[in-house]
Amino acid sequence: MLLASIAIAVVIVALLWDLLLPPAREAFERYRARRAIVPNASYDPGRERRAEQRARELLRSCVNDEEWSMYRDLGFIRVWGGMAQAPKRPGAGLGDPRTGAPYAYLVYPHKPVVAYLPQTRELLNEYCVAFPDETRPYGSARLPDSDDVLAKWMALTGDERRLINTANMHLPGRQVDPKQVRRDLWRLSQWERDRLRRASRPEGSVPAP
Amino acid sequence: MKFLRMKPGHGEVLIAEGDVDVAGDEERLVEEFRRQLDQGLWAAVPSRTPAGRRQAQMVKAFDEIPRDADRVIFFPRAAGGA
Repeated sequence: MLLASIAIAVVIVALLWDLLLPPAREAFERYRARRAIVPNASYDPGRERRAEQRARELLRSCVNDEEWSMYRDLGFIRVWGGMAQAPKRPGAGLGDPRTGAPYAYLVYPHKPVVAYLPQTRELLNEYCVAFPDETRPYGSARLPDSDDVLAKWMALTGDERRLINTANMHLPGRQVDPKQVRRDLWRLSQWERDRLRRASRPEGSVPAP
Repeated sequence: MKFLRMKPGHGEVLIAEGDVDVAGDEERLVEEFRRQLDQGLWAAVPSRTPAGRRQAQMVKAFDEIPRDADRVIFFPRAAGGA
């Protein structure tokens, strides 16, 4: 009788074991997960701001005063082209009168470099270029805005041909809205006019209301 | 001479500093320069033209760095974007 009772008890325990073990294990795993220390990988906006602040200081220390003021006031930098010939528009013939004309680039943070003719404000090309840091020290390959602008400025003033050959060339309007670029060129002309006016004004004089 | 490196999420980082006229320092700078270029970075020296205009000089070898340069900036190599 005792032996039979023990056998029945063993069977019951074995059956219950199969039924109760999975939920018990699951509950234990949940408990452990709740108690586990998770590394804090939260986004820190302060870090990005500090990085941008440092990048702005570096940019300021490298570029010309006029270029720095332009970036501070307008959000982009104009860099004059240094190659003998203006970048050709796709499809333009050999006898293109624009060949040899002075040209320049608008350098925006994390946007393509836009080539244009300052005399006519004609947009020539977009040069899509990036400076990805594959080491991704902070989970992102993107440089701060001002570092991106400085990298483009250094590459353009230091070795324009290499940067242009590396970039993917597109017609204007692929990524940067031509209307926005024309508006920026107008803002640039106004900005330069104001700057010239301020520079020509005698020190201490006050403009008439 | 200072070696600065642009880093995402950080701005520039000082990676090496030394006097190129001191043999030990120069050796260390040469090694660091090679290491950065081996990692695929570009190097530029901010400079001024005789007319006073600022520009950058891209350098591919340590010998190309002007002896009086006070800093070299390393930044990720350019790649064609989308």
